[in-house]
Amino acid sequence: MTTTETTTTAVDIATTKRADWQSDQEVRWCPGCGDYSILSALQFALPDMGIRREDTVVVGGIGCAARLPYYMNTYGIHGIHGRAPAIATGVALANPDLSVFVVGGDGDLLSIGGNHLLHALRRNINMTILLINNRIYGLTKGQYSPTSEQGKVTKSSPRGSEDSPLLPLSIALGADATFVARTHDMDRQHMMEVFKRAHAHPGAAFVEVLQNCNVFNNHAYESITAKANREGMIIPLRQGEPIRFGPDDSFGVVLDPRHGAVVMNTADVSEDELLVHNEARDHPSVAFALSRLSPNMDEPTPMGVFRAVDRPVYGSKPVETEPPGRQLISDLLHSGTTWDVD
Amino acid sequence: MSTAKSSVKPSEEIENVVIRLAGDSGDGMQLTGNQFTAVSALAGNDLATLPDFPAEIRAPAGTMAGVSAFQVQISSEDISHPGDKADVLVAMNPAALRSELSKVHSDATVIINTDEFGERELEKAGYESDPLDDDTLDGYYVIDVPMTSLTVTAVKELGAKRRDAERSKNFFALGLLCWMYSRNPDDVKDWIDERFASDDLIRRSNATAFDVGHAFGETTEQIPITHVVESADHPPGTYRNVNGNTALAWGMIAATQLSGLQSFLGSYPITPATDILHELSKHPAAAVRTFQAEDEIAAVTSAIGAAFAGDLAWTTTSGPGMALKGEAMGLAVSLELPLVIVNIQRGGPSTGLPTKTEQSDLFQAMYGRHGESPLPVIAARRPADCFECAIEAAQVALRYRTPVILLSDGYLGNSSEPWRIPDVADLPDLSVEFASELNHENADGSMAFWPYLRDEATLARPWAIPGTPGLEHRIGGIEKQDGTGDISYDSVNHQLMTDLRAEKIQRVADDLPPPEYTGDLDADVLLVGWGSTWGTIASAVERLRKEGILVAHLHLRYINPLPKEVGEILRSHRSVIVPELNMGQLSKMLRAEFLVDAQSLNKVSGLPFTVGEVEEAVRKVVHGDEGESE
Repeated sequence: MTTTETTTTAVDIATTKRADWQSDQEVRWCPGCGDYSILSALQFALPDMGIRREDTVVVGGIGCAARLPYYMNTYGIHGIHGRAPAIATGVALANPDLSVFVVGGDGDLLSIGGNHLLHALRRNINMTILLINNRIYGLTKGQYSPTSEQGKVTKSSPRGSEDSPLLPLSIALGADATFVARTHDMDRQHMMEVFKRAHAHPGAAFVEVLQNCNVFNNHAYESITAKANREGMIIPLRQGEPIRFGPDDSFGVVLDPRHGAVVMNTADVSEDELLVHNEARDHPSVAFALSRLSPNMDEPTPMGVFRAVDRPVYGSKPVETEPPGRQLISDLLHSGTTWDVD
Repeated sequence: MSTAKSSVKPSEEIENVVIRLAGDSGDGMQLTGNQFTAVSALAGNDLATLPDFPAEIRAPAGTMAGVSAFQVQISSEDISHPGDKADVLVAMNPAALRSELSKVHSDATVIINTDEFGERELEKAGYESDPLDDDTLDGYYVIDVPMTSLTVTAVKELGAKRRDAERSKNFFALGLLCWMYSRNPDDVKDWIDERFASDDLIRRSNATAFDVGHAFGETTEQIPITHVVESADHPPGTYRNVNGNTALAWGMIAATQLSGLQSFLGSYPITPATDILHELSKHPAAAVRTFQAEDEIAAVTSAIGAAFAGDLAWTTTSGPGMALKGEAMGLAVSLELPLVIVNIQRGGPSTGLPTKTEQSDLFQAMYGRHGESPLPVIAARRPADCFECAIEAAQVALRYRTPVILLSDGYLGNSSEPWRIPDVADLPDLSVEFASELNHENADGSMAFWPYLRDEATLARPWAIPGTPGLEHRIGGIEKQDGTGDISYDSVNHQLMTDLRAEKIQRVADDLPPPEYTGDLDADVLLVGWGSTWGTIASAVERLRKEGILVAHLHLRYINPLPKEVGEILRSHRSVIVPELNMGQLSKMLRAEFLVDAQSLNKVSGLPFTVGEVEEAVRKVVHGDEGESE
């Protein structure tokens, strides 16, 4: 392969700006969609990730969020419904030097693509998976999703949905994902920090991004993510610190043998009873307990990195490639028993 | 035992023999059959095999459901099929006898392991009276051999437990057969030493059982004569034995090396394709990465991802798995990336007959996708041909940037034949050039990269892989604007892109040599086949012509696109017969495409055609229905 300066434009790692990561395609989400802020947070964060555009591949499945690859000035595949983690697996294994991102919604990655998500995570394939969770099917105009609350009234559940919701972080931790985090579409700085951490993690990084679908599921997270509510409703996870939140840090999280992680008024517990956040715990059970807080997304909800542990990256042992050639074929065909006919 | 007789038994030269081994699925019949095949190949015979085993790993012992059989034809002539009916049957138990007796000639030699013909075994096989005593075997030449007890007596002396000793009885049978057909025992013994090197007791037990079986042949009065099948008159060269799945895997490795690319195989275990995954997993140094995916869909979509990133991508499966890949194959058609989908066909629908052969996925290969999504379909015709077909499939995929379906089947995959190892210098160069430069000048004079700007000759689009600066682009399953590859819902553009995708596949025919068209080209009757029926049809044509019946044979290696000559050939014969192991899929295609009265000869019994069945169909046409008396 030959490239010349005159015909192609390599952008220096150190100097990329947000605009370098924007494609020329018109962004076509509904006005007011949370996906806009997620896209821009990603594009703002990328210059800090130390990677080149040409070494970046963004893979989407099907759904509103899964269209994101078209808007990135990188290599990209808009695949088929649910299969983005599997497509990305092939990309990542074919070329371990690439930075591979998977973007999909709750339907794409947890319903039709749930299987692939589990296996990409447990294998620890080197990719960053952004699960954009709006708790609704948007592109098909408003049916309940695998993360919708039970009883949700939609066009396909006029009497309220019977389904019990999945908690994306619990699923990821159940699959023993090595990096698990949550952020939300109302806080660009937080998104950027989490995206950068996720990308820097060797192996599969899973990020749930709470996202508002203002057309089919408006205000889904407003009680948590609206500016006025954040102080009392977001539990920030800070490595090495006791988990505290609320006005004057008046609430904290403690581990309860019977109920897992519980929120307590700090006046009622001593300082050393508070759970000290440690994302590097090898065992996923404490992170899992944290992932069960606010199962209906209407109580104080942890944000940040739940888990970040080291495990061998799948495919990091490269395929040995002998000098390609016909001798290898000849040796193979003559291996084992042969005989000559004169 | 006296050894005096051993050297005095006369031997008789025969042209060919068909041997069928049958026993319980745990009796090692496939191993025995394969080893008899291997030593026959070393003896220079031409041969063809037909493994015929149940889907259960271990069905209840001694029942008809558990019978595993292996048929091999060895010949001093060039042959291309495993024989219709067997001349010799080895029946290791009553169930094997009952299930297989209909598959041998009425005067065949039947070698029976009499130790297994007790009351319980007879009952399990469903015999109401002992076939060794009633008229069941009238007309057959029966050789009674207490194989189990002779084996146990000899092997127990080595210190083996009775149960373990019994398990060597298939080597007794192998020894006996090797004596009967004058095979070199040292070839078997060498193989036993190598294969069982890790367990000395098993190695010595099997070697002993083999010796005892061989000696039994020398001494028994029941076999007065040995047979010799002379070596076939093969062209000079170095030969080896190979089965279809191994040949296919090696073809994939060869294509990898010839392309200079790294290969990626995404696969999910499925009978009868799994052996390809096994074989490739053994050769990581050959630049092939194997990925055992979580399901069939991940197997193909991971391969698509790898193709996007610049690998030569493959996925191997069988019918039910290819059904699951349908949507992803459509994506690959839309992305216009090279990908080879290998389908080792088996009996269907659904789970069907996993270990039996069928050609019933032709329609699935041709049409089993959503929307207008044509892709090339290539079919292998004999085990060794799977090697070349894998290379060809890769060549077409790379040259035209398209998914290609390669069809083989359970029969080809598992059966073996001698193969003259090709000279690697004769293999084609498959190297590709990735895109490295901007390829479109905008109106303002600036340059851009258009991922769907096509090559004028092949209509292939550029393959620009991640890591190439300046060629960043996005592709997807949504219809793309011609040239730019941007999303387009424009109706005129969709028609244009549909036409272009179809035209691209048709252009594959520009590269194709004329199809194999042999026999009496001016005959009234033409036999048209594809895939694994080739050997049977070719043999039928040969026999019919020896009888003086004129018949021509057209074999289709490419089913999509069809070679350009096909229409003219079909129209030049009054009767067209299409033997297929399905209910008439190619014949329907030919009728639709060329408006010819192609008559289909169908079979979906899980087994290949016999030569006789194909001959009979031709005779009916030539002589009319009265001709059936033959």
